Formats: sequence, C-alpha cells, structure tokens
Amino acid sequence: MQFGIFTVGDVTTDPTTGTTPSEHERIKAMVRIALKAEEVGLDVFATGEHHNPPFVPSSPTTMLGHIAAQTSKLILSTSTTLITTNDPVKIAEDFAMLQHLADGRVDLMMGRGNTGPVYPWFGEDIRQGIPLAIEKYALLRRLWREDVVDWEGKFRTPLQGFTSTPRPLDDVPPFVWHGSIRSPEIAEQAAFYGDGFFANHIFWPKEHFQQLIAFYRQRFEHYGHGQADQAIVGLGGQAFIRPKSQDAWNEFRPYFDNAPVYGHGPTLEEFTDQTPLTVGSPQEVIDKTLTFREHFGDYQRQLFLMDHAGLPLKVVLEQLDLLGEHVVPVLRKELDAMRPAHVPDAPTHESLKAATLVGSEA
Amino acid sequence: MKLAVVTAGLSVPSSTRLLADRLAAATVAAAGSPVEVNVVELRDIALDVTKNLLTGFPSPDLRTAIETVTGADALIAVTPVFTAGYSGLFKSFFDVLDAESLVGKPVLLGATGGTERHSLVLDYQLRPLFGYLKADPVATGVYAASSDWGSGEGALQRRIERAGAELASLAAGRPTVSATPSFVPFDQLLAEVSTQDR
Repeated sequence: MQFGIFTVGDVTTDPTTGTTPSEHERIKAMVRIALKAEEVGLDVFATGEHHNPPFVPSSPTTMLGHIAAQTSKLILSTSTTLITTNDPVKIAEDFAMLQHLADGRVDLMMGRGNTGPVYPWFGEDIRQGIPLAIEKYALLRRLWREDVVDWEGKFRTPLQGFTSTPRPLDDVPPFVWHGSIRSPEIAEQAAFYGDGFFANHIFWPKEHFQQLIAFYRQRFEHYGHGQADQAIVGLGGQAFIRPKSQDAWNEFRPYFDNAPVYGHGPTLEEFTDQTPLTVGSPQEVIDKTLTFREHFGDYQRQLFLMDHAGLPLKVVLEQLDLLGEHVVPVLRKELDAMRPAHVPDAPTHESLKAATLVGSEA
Repeated sequence: MKLAVVTAGLSVPSSTRLLADRLAAATVAAAGSPVEVNVVELRDIALDVTKNLLTGFPSPDLRTAIETVTGADALIAVTPVFTAGYSGLFKSFFDVLDAESLVGKPVLLGATGGTERHSLVLDYQLRPLFGYLKADPVATGVYAASSDWGSGEGALQRRIERAGAELASLAAGRPTVSATPSFVPFDQLLAEVSTQDR
C-alpha cells in the first residue's frame, strides 16, 4: 500500500492573516513539502498541472526532476497530467527523461482538465475531451513501447519513422493511472489497458465513486488483467490533524469557510459528514480512512490533499509530521493486515522491470 | 409508470403546488396503468441546491430528489413566475442536473402567476430550457393565473385534463427508464477516434 500527498499548487490568501504567498514562495513551498513527505516516510508526491492563475505548477517534470535530485525513495507522480491538451510526444519524452533522472521513481496520472479556456489556448476543443484522451493516450503508449512509430490520427500531425527519446528506463514505461471523477469512459480506458484508476473522491459523496470503481474493477476483470479485486485503485483524501480534535476544528474552520473550492457553501460539519474530509485527531483520520476500504475494496494508493486553501507552509509541515508519525504507520499496518494475499501492490518501476524479465525468459 | 413532479412554489400553501397536484391527478386519471407519483418540493431542498452550485456535488437529500426526477418515466415541472420569468430556484435545480439526464423524457410544463399577462413564459422560457435538455415536452402547457382559480367556466380544468392526457399518452409509448448506467466498450471508443491504430 502506498501513501502520499497530492497538491493542486494553488496560490491562496491565508484568510486568518490576509497574507498571500508569491508564486516563487509557493513553488519553493511545494518543493519543501515534497521533501518533507520523504522525511516523514510517505511514498508518493504528486503535483497537479495547471495553465492559469492562481495555480503555479505548469511544468510538472521540471519540478519533479528538481525534487528527484533531493530525494532517494519518494515516488514522483502527477495529479493530473493533461492528456487532452498536451502533445503525447512531449509527455512521452518528458516523463522518460524524468524516469532516467529519478532512477525509475516515476509514475503519472492522466486527467482531462476541467478549465474550459485551457483547451482553446492549446488549440483543442473541450467537447472532444474524451476522444482526445483516448487517442492521445493510445499514441503515448506506443511511443513508450515501440522504438519506431508510424502513426496517424484525428488530433495530431501524423508521425512517420518517429523515435521518442530517451527510451524509457530499462525499456519499462512508467506506470499510468487514469483519474476521473465522473466519466465511465475513463474507467473503461484504465480497465482496457490494465492501468490504475484513481478516484479523487474528496469533493463528492462515496455512492458516486462506489459505482465508478465497481465498474472499473468489473471491466478490469473482463479484459483479462486479473480478478476484479486485483484491479489497481487509488483514492484521494483530505485531512486537517491536531493532537486534540477540537483544536483541529477551531484552527481549520476559517480556511474551510473561505476555501476557493467549497467556501461559503456547506458547513464544515456537513462537509466532513458527506465527503472524505477529516478534521480531528490522528485516530479520527485513521478511522475515517479505514472506511474507504470498506466502501471501495482493498486498494493500492492513498493520496491526501494537505496544502491548499491558504494554509501556511509551517502548518502544512506540522500536518505532514502528524500524518507521517501517527496516521500512516497505523493505516499501513491495519490495511496490510486486512489485504488478502492475492491483491497486488501498486506497480513500481522495480516490479514492472522484474515482470518484464520473467516475461522475456518465459 | 413512475411520475416525478417538480414544484418550485415558495409559499405554504402554494398555488404552484396546487397546479402541480392537479396536473399529476389528471395524468394519473388518464394513464391506463398504475402510476407512482413522487413530488419534489424545491423549497425543501433550496439550500442544498445552492450548496451544489458552490461545491459541485449534491447533498444526500438533493441526490434523492435528482434520482427521483432522472429515474422517472414522465416529469411534471411547475414554476411560479417571478420578475417576468421562471423562478431562480426552479432554474437552479435544472442547472445542477447532468445536461444529458433528461434526454427524451416526456415532460408537462406548468407555471403560475399573478396575472394572465405572463402566460407566454411557458413557450418563451420553459420550452427553450427543456429543448436544450433534449427533453420531450407535450404540446399543451398549463399556465394558471390567480383569476383562473375563480373562473367558473372550467377552462383551467379542461387545460389540465388535456395536458395530463397528453403526458400519460406520450409516456405510455416509451420504454421504462432503466437505472443501469450505459457505457461504451473500449474498442468502440478507440474506433471513433483513430483511423489507424492498434
């Protein structure tokens, strides 16, 4: 079981002080947060990709390469990489390069993006979101798996005799997750390829995602990648932790009430009741996170959102200490103990490389 | 047949609810088979609708209301006229539905107002809204002004009965709405984009 954090990379005013970090401060804070994730024993750091203010991470592989140089165990990932508006050739090249620099500690999550103007800014049409994701990902897979590619499709200039360089490290393409919050087509795509499916369920009630994940698992089995309960599932999560529950509620409430995504809407009580958000003691975060397994089955990756809504860096680092020291070790132990032996871990570069060797000897 | 009734009246009792109930009764009377009627009073979920606009997801109560509407075989939608148009709450409820969720749904449109002068709201506002959603409104919509409730000639009741009969007849010819979500298999998704791919 992998545990980690994912960041949106928003620049948000701290509602309790009125202070807004500069883009430079926020970018450096994201790096500091990633390093802290490794320090406290987390497995994964994932960054979003955005092309509009108030978000800073437009260039994920630049940031992840920088973090790779300062870490040794952390898996570097994305949440998400925009398969719709990026050129799949550039994604193939950038992430293969990152794989080499990070010695394989890389995977990525495909997403479509939901900011309307980003599509036309990059020459695409949002109404073609699903077909773009299907076609571009099919090309991306070939670029990583075939040394020389001839290709022709609907959304990109044809390729004749093209070789994407560098080739993936050890000829093992990075593992891919597909993120979706509402489209069965994306769950179907993930199932077809035997890729991972990441349900970022942090803003939605569980019933919706139970359907989507059950569908992915069923189709994963249909396509012959294993049993439904062996499909590779990742989930979002969101927590604000203090040793005493009431302190967590008092401190987090102004950030929640003014947060760009859900502020000025439901109360903190309603939101914690209806979504995965937990505000409270480490034990409360543990208890709530354990319900995810009950709702969605044994799963492979748990990412928490810890650094948004204007929370200052110092507080985020304290949160990561609590997460790493008091929450994740317990979750790791309990979830590992409950997981049946036939349910696999999330693939890593090493496990995929080993599988390739076994495959070529057979 | 499952019949959902959405009513956006705010006062209790409300003439909008009164019209909605009469339209439902007329539909039930005209239907050849048993009808299960479920009424969604938007007033009861008004705060949930606003919160959905802000967060993008429905509360449990709103989710139930949405499923009542999208899972019905026929829909009656009735709004009061506020400031020369359908009420904001009425529009907001339809704003939070998936744009595809009412495609082909038989719908009976109704509105209430203080004067007869707003009666074209049915054709100038409600029909375009349901046209965008690709629902299937019956030809007769029913507008009830305050004066209609005191009219002795039975004209309002005749309109209600005609509209109810149209809705029952339209819904009777349709397959029952299924709760199972549909999906497109991957080979078909792939075939739709690539001319030459594996």
